[in-house]
Order: sequence, then structure tokens, then C-alpha cells
Amino acid sequence: MRFMSYAVAAGLAVAFTVTTAQAADLSGAGATFPYPIYAKWADAYKKETGIGLNYQSIGSGGGIKQIENKTVTFGASDKPLPGDELDKYGLAQFPMVMGGIVPVVNLEGIKPGELVLDGDTVAKIFMGEITKWDDEAIKKLNPDAKLPSSAIAVVHRSDGSGTTFNFTYYLSDVSSDWKSKVGAETAVEWPVGIGAKGNEGVANNVANTKGSVGYVEYAYALQNKLTYTKMMNKAGKTVAPTSESFQAAAAGADWSSQPGFGVILANQPGDESWPMTAGTWILMYKQPSDPAASSEALKFFAWAYKNGDKMAEELDYVPMPDSVVEQVQKMWTNDIKGADGKPIFAMN
Amino acid sequence: MMDAAVAESNFVHDEAKRAKTLRRFRIGDLTFKTITQTAAITVLVILAGVIVALVHGSLPAWRAYGFGFFTSESWNPVTEKFGALPAIYGTLLTSFIAMLIGVPVSLGIAIFLTEICPQRLRRTIGIAIELLAGIPSIIYGIWGLFIFAPWFQVHVQPLLIDTFANIPILNQLFAGPPYGIGLLTAGLILAIMVLPFITSITREVFDTVPPVLKEAAYGIGCTRWEVMKRVVIPYTRVGIIGGVMLGLGRALGETMAVTFVIGNAHRIAASVMAPGTTISASIANEFTEAVGDLYTSSLIALGLILFLITFVVLAFARLMLMRIERKAGK
Repeated sequence: MRFMSYAVAAGLAVAFTVTTAQAADLSGAGATFPYPIYAKWADAYKKETGIGLNYQSIGSGGGIKQIENKTVTFGASDKPLPGDELDKYGLAQFPMVMGGIVPVVNLEGIKPGELVLDGDTVAKIFMGEITKWDDEAIKKLNPDAKLPSSAIAVVHRSDGSGTTFNFTYYLSDVSSDWKSKVGAETAVEWPVGIGAKGNEGVANNVANTKGSVGYVEYAYALQNKLTYTKMMNKAGKTVAPTSESFQAAAAGADWSSQPGFGVILANQPGDESWPMTAGTWILMYKQPSDPAASSEALKFFAWAYKNGDKMAEELDYVPMPDSVVEQVQKMWTNDIKGADGKPIFAMN
Repeated sequence: MMDAAVAESNFVHDEAKRAKTLRRFRIGDLTFKTITQTAAITVLVILAGVIVALVHGSLPAWRAYGFGFFTSESWNPVTEKFGALPAIYGTLLTSFIAMLIGVPVSLGIAIFLTEICPQRLRRTIGIAIELLAGIPSIIYGIWGLFIFAPWFQVHVQPLLIDTFANIPILNQLFAGPPYGIGLLTAGLILAIMVLPFITSITREVFDTVPPVLKEAAYGIGCTRWEVMKRVVIPYTRVGIIGGVMLGLGRALGETMAVTFVIGNAHRIAASVMAPGTTISASIANEFTEAVGDLYTSSLIALGLILFLITFVVLAFARLMLMRIERKAGK
């Protein structure tokens, strides 16, 4: 998502060539959403250990394809694979880091965090049922705001994306209408609006189009100084998008409830929870054909869990809670094994 | 006697030398022929390879949707229902708008430069046109999104909507809301992008008109307009059509600039200001994250359709050229 335009060009170029990583380097491919933090971790890790990371940020779909074809040591996806698919390929899955998705608007006289929306209203706007900014539903949530009677210009992603998956998953959760008419996927058939490429594309279009509304990853709203909105969460409380509210959503989740920690953090319970929080996952083989490479990759992830929290927060990501990390590392020792049946990862 | 013998031996010697030289020439010729032939055949092999790859990759989509792929307006990754109609429509419409504006303007520039323009200005404008051709398409896209579209949204689109509000058909064609980006914007950006191609080719072919023809026409009292219409354009029409087709080829396949300003929506609206999509923009947007075999296959099928459209356009251009040449030959 970040650096998408570069990533697409580079990704297309490498997606069809078999990449052979340098002997010592870790090789992975997938989601663009966590790419900036993976790159930052990898940079620090290389300085410490001399082992680099060759990560192709070609998108979650590409990451899943590449790990299934065994061209990389690990795949990365913003959309967790369901249990049966993990079993089919013999893959292990664990969450690496989290982030938040925020609605952004371009309305004269409205400052960041002033407008309040709820899930049902957002769903109706993105379905084309609410078309004016002074609609009763929006007025009811914002009795004090001065809302123009201009048309709402909806901006969505044109490329397939984990952000879209998490956004539409949330809308499906809160609106049965959305669930039956549109659904949740990395790309959907949008009833209205204009499509823009990547998070930066949506950010630019919202910034340039008066009366527009879109959704971006939190960091983009901050970097582009966009007007993000507050949201009404499941508990009926109004929350602002902050690291704390993202973390609250993660803490409230029951991570062991899904195979491969595939918990989607949309619409989590809790007074403080931001309703559109999203995780991103790593995919690895349980019985890798190259145990040495997988062992090195796990060492890197363990290092990142341990030392990477501050770097993640600097880039507006949310680190995984310690309790989840503990469960993940237990899974590593239990599930990821070499040909001899012994775990290839051992906690120091 | 002796002399004759010497001459004889000299002759034999010369003969051998000549044969050797000739052989060397023949080998050289053969090598040259093989190399050039291989180069030419490579093109055919690559072309065949591309077609085979496209057909093979798109087979699942054809199997699933059949001919309905051409006529379906749906593009739904959730239910895996894909149809190419909006993308085909967007590709043809944006190229049509680009040609509608690009061709007359290009011809105008070329005529001005070759016939009317003072020598010094001619160089400046000529270089400017060539620079325009050298700008990478992504720059046009960025310029279109950041500068042109916001200006278009505030200043031009409301004007168009208001002006045509009470005229039937036109009020459908120019219906709001003004998004700034959309099919019309993409067409306009494409028009700017094809300008330099058409202009530089038509300019060159205008220069090939023998001065004596033009002078004769001026001599019998023709105006500039008449000289252009009756002498220059008929003399150069093959070249002009070639230039136009080159521009059309670029407009049909242009990806990045269009992706930025078209709005990327798989819908067909009556209004030309509505967001739409083109074949190449859809592929560029969606290929990286296309999950599922049918999705990927449908995108490859779109590529095959673009290939066919380009082929048909080129074939049509050839046909037109042949007809014109036959007519002119009479």
C-alpha cells in the first residue's frame, strides 16, 4: 500500500521471474501494507547480524501464490487464510503487526476528528444510499457540525488490497445489506464512487476532491494531513483513531479462537476499541524443504517481536501484545519442524 | 610459347583467387542472410508466444463465461462474476475522445509549422513537440491528477453541466456530479499524449510534398487553405493515416496516465464525465492482488481482447490504405 506505485512496477517485474536470494538473505513476498515496517526491521537486523531480507512487496495475493509455489521462505498476507487452506498446503500462520484503517473526508470547515460516523452510515454512504452530506443520518451523529448539502464523492481502492478486505469485512459485519449486496474481499464490486490506486492514490483523490470520503491506513491520514473522522464502536462509544484504540481492539480479541491466529480485528468489543483495526500475517511451511532458511526467518521474526516495538510505533503500526507473541512462539516449537521431526526454532 | 605458358599459369592463378574471393563473398552473404532472417523470425516467434500465452492463460475465463464475457457489465471479485464490457467501452471511448481532439489539433500544428510559421519559431515549436513526446506517461498521469483534474472539476465540469442542462441527449452525456476525474478527463489527457506522435509524423510527410506542386497551385491563385486541401493532404494522406494510427495505437494501450485519471470503476454510465475504466488500467490495477484463478484468468482474457482490438485497428488501417492507394492509382 505504501510505496504502491513503485511496488507495482517492481513487483510486476519480479513476480514472473524466479528470484534466487543471496545465500545468506531471507526471502519473503507478499503484502504491501506492512512493507515499510518489515524493511525497517530488516535494516536494523542486518546491522546487527549481517543477514538481510529480500522482501518483494507484491501484494497479499502474490505472497500467497509464491509461498504455495515454494519460491520464497515466507509469504505475507493482510487477509488470513482459513484453516482448511492452511491444512491443505501444510502452512503455519501467525500475526506480525497491526494497523488501523480510518475514514477520511474533504469538507470545508471540518477539522480532523470533528466528524463522527458509525458503521451503518459508512456502509450506506459506500452503497450510494446516502448521497448528500446533510443527510439525516449524518446530522444525527453530528448535531453541532455545519454540513453542506453537496454531493458525497466516494473514493475507494481500485487495486486489490488488504485494506479493502478489512474495511469491507467491517461493513459486512455491521450491515447485513452490505454483506448480501457487496460482501468482503480484497476487491469488491463497488456500487458507487471512483477508484484510486494504493493508499496514496485514495489519499490524493480525497485531498483533491471537494466533498469526498475515502478510507486509508492511519499513517496516510497523518502524513497527508487528511481529515480523519471518529467512529462509533460496537460498544456504542465514540472513539478517535489512536495507537491506544487500535491496541484496545487487539487486546479484546480472542487470538486462539481461529486457526492460524486468523482473527480479523474488525468491530471488536470494548469501550476503547477502534472498530477498523487490522492485522497482517506471515505464512510458512510446517515442514519446510529448506529448514535452515526457515530457521533463520523465525530467528528474524523472534528478533522483531522482541526488539521491533518502538520502530513499529514510529511508523504508526501497532506491535503485537506480549501474550500473543508467547502463543505464537509456542506454536513455532510445536508445529514447525524439520525432516527429523525436531522443532527448527528454539527460544534462547 | 613461353609467354603463353606464363599467361596460362597466371590465368589459372587468377581463376583460383577469384573463386576463393567469390566463395568468401558467398559465405559472408549467407551469414548476413541467416542473421537478418533469424532476427525477423524472432519477431514471429515472440508474437506467437504472446498469443499462445494469452490464450492459454485466459482459457479458464472463456470456459466459465463463454461469449458472455464480452457482454457482461459485472466485475465482481467476491462472487467471481467477470465481464469485459465496461473495460472495452472505456478503452474505445477514451481513445475516440483522444482522436476527436488530437487529430485536428495535430494536423493544425503540422500545417502551421510547415506552411505558415516563420523559420525561427518553427524550430522552437518543433523541439517543444518532440519534448512532449519524450515525457514519460506517468508524468502525464500525475499532472492530470494533481493539476488538471482539480481545475477541471471546479472550472469546466460545472460549466458543461449547466450549459447542457436543458438540451436533451447532451444533458445525459454531460451529467454530474463533477468528480474531476473520469472518462472525459482520461480522453483529454490521452489527446495531449497522442499530439506529438501525430504531429511529428504528419509534419515530416508534409515536408515531402514537392515544392513545385505547391508553387503551381499558388501560381494559379489558390489560397493556403485550398493548397492544403487539394494538394498537400491528398499527396500525403497515406502518411497522415499512418501517423493517426500510431497515435490511436498509443491511446488504446496507454496505461499509467489513464489509471491515474479515469476513476477505475467497472461501470458503464451515460455520462462521459462518470468514472470508468480501460483494459490496460484494469490489468495494471488488479493483477498484483488478484486472488483466485478465475480473477487472474479474466484479467489475462482482457489482455487478449486488447490484443485483438489493436490487431483489428491495424488491419482496418491497412485496408483503408490499400483502398486509397488503389483509388489514387486510377
